[in-house]
Amino acid sequence: MSVAPADVAKIASLARIKLSQAEIDAMVPELNGILAWVDQLGEVDVTGIEPMTAVIPNTLRLRADVVGADPLTGGDVRDKVLANAPAAEHGFFGVPKVIE
Amino acid sequence: MTDLTNLGIAAIRDGVAKGDFTAVEVATAFNAAVAEANPALNAFIVTTPDHALAAAATVDAARAAGQSLGAMAGVPIGMKDLFATQGVQTTAASHILEGFVPHYESTVSQRLWNAGAGMLGKLNLDQFAMGSSNETSAFGNVISPWRAAGDTAARAPGGSSGGSSAAVSARIVAAATGTDTGGSIRQPAAFTGISGIKPTYGRCSRWGVVAFASSLDQAGPMARDVTDCAIMLEAMAGFDPKDATSLDLPVPAWSSALSDNLQGLKVGIPREYRLDGMDPDVAKSWDDGIAWLSDAGAEVVDISLPHTKYALPTYYIIAPAEASSNLARYDGVRYGLRDLPDGAGLQDMYAATRAAGFGAEVKRRIMIGTYVLSAGFYDAYYTQAQKVRTLIARDFEQAFQRVDVILTPTAPTSAFVLGQKSADPLEMYLNDVFSVPASLAGLPAMSVPAGLDRSGLPLGLHLIGRPFDEQGVLNAGLAIERRAGFAARPEKWW
Repeated sequence: MSVAPADVAKIASLARIKLSQAEIDAMVPELNGILAWVDQLGEVDVTGIEPMTAVIPNTLRLRADVVGADPLTGGDVRDKVLANAPAAEHGFFGVPKVIE
Repeated sequence: MTDLTNLGIAAIRDGVAKGDFTAVEVATAFNAAVAEANPALNAFIVTTPDHALAAAATVDAARAAGQSLGAMAGVPIGMKDLFATQGVQTTAASHILEGFVPHYESTVSQRLWNAGAGMLGKLNLDQFAMGSSNETSAFGNVISPWRAAGDTAARAPGGSSGGSSAAVSARIVAAATGTDTGGSIRQPAAFTGISGIKPTYGRCSRWGVVAFASSLDQAGPMARDVTDCAIMLEAMAGFDPKDATSLDLPVPAWSSALSDNLQGLKVGIPREYRLDGMDPDVAKSWDDGIAWLSDAGAEVVDISLPHTKYALPTYYIIAPAEASSNLARYDGVRYGLRDLPDGAGLQDMYAATRAAGFGAEVKRRIMIGTYVLSAGFYDAYYTQAQKVRTLIARDFEQAFQRVDVILTPTAPTSAFVLGQKSADPLEMYLNDVFSVPASLAGLPAMSVPAGLDRSGLPLGLHLIGRPFDEQGVLNAGLAIERRAGFAARPEKWW
């Protein structure tokens, strides 16, 4: 499979990365080179093979239902959570207006 | 007194414990070496001499008070800048995280500080650990301390843990942390003549490690020899309830069980790894490795891993797919860079922030990942890749019914000149051809120095073990180390 400039523009939009037309044009042959190379996986017979879901067998655990049992991942750390925000106001993350 | 920077983990820890020197003396010597070398090597993004000194002073005070000392007491290390460190900038070598100062400490780094280690600084890497040469960092290339004979061209320290490999081989840190997604501990270790081990997936907690491809990412030590790797891995590994994929298993005492007696062991040599047109020096070092393991008592067995050729394309679907999902969190809202063009709405802000913050290789991988996960292509690419991944893991399972450990070269070449492979992403990806299969199967694997090639540059040998059998990998690594007698080090030019 291969991509055209319109496909790359669509992918960039899905990925929320702003690309100029020149960047899109440059990326088309790069992505096509990589996609042509990975296309060889199509020749592998995978009849009856399950897709891998866990590389090392493990069981999912349940933790005790205790609020804040681990202070690192518990609550009441609002200011720490906001400390690295580019715009934090009134105890919230600040974003541009989203309702016109 | 000998130059303390010549000492590795075991020698420093034991010397501090015996009182041959103080931990503060050690930290002071390494801080000076870092200050001298970093302008030339660019191995560190930030240096933290005060952290190293404070940790050392704590160790000296504990010793004076007669308290027992930790397994890494007094050892100054470098921390790959993928580990969140409380109060110290953590960037993943990306502009999008520049200025991010975590309010928490990653589990692995906290374990190392608990064991008495100190931090000399945050080590440079390929941006978000995506790269094999350390040329994708937003903070400039790391320059390998190694140069080819009669040549001053700047060479790659490998990647993505290139700051770690450069710093350990230049002896400006006693050891360093690395992370390995497709070879990012082992390939840089091979390029710089040091040892590094990626443990079984789940041994080291990923909590607080900037995520690249979560089903593959594993932390591990990079150090001057196998014994130091074993000591440091013991300090790093262990169950962490904060990582859902953490293995709830006791950490074996790998360092005290080290043995280079391989009597009764079988070493597999996979025929698919002998590539057409293989570099003759790499082929010879592989043959040397086979001879050394035989000498240590192991029986050599030819094996087949039939899906080897599909490992790299599988990896370059799965890793970008996971990366595109993991890196969705960099949105200009919660941390890091925000680029808000005049009059822009929320969606425009996301797109502008990510365009300004991510480097070219990171964008390329997010784009590939987004594509292979998108409606209409998911099954053809992502599901197919996960099925092939099952077959690759099965190849190893079948091989390990016949052998105990597998020996291959670590990388297809020695360290290349910076810029030589950066124009073509595919050519760069092929550098990980020997390291990626073990990553896809979650297996423990290590690189140890084997010798120098015709240009005087280091070559590494690669050992792959059964799940949870780090001991088998370390022991075979030790057998090679003792027989290779690798003593070369880069001539100081910085």
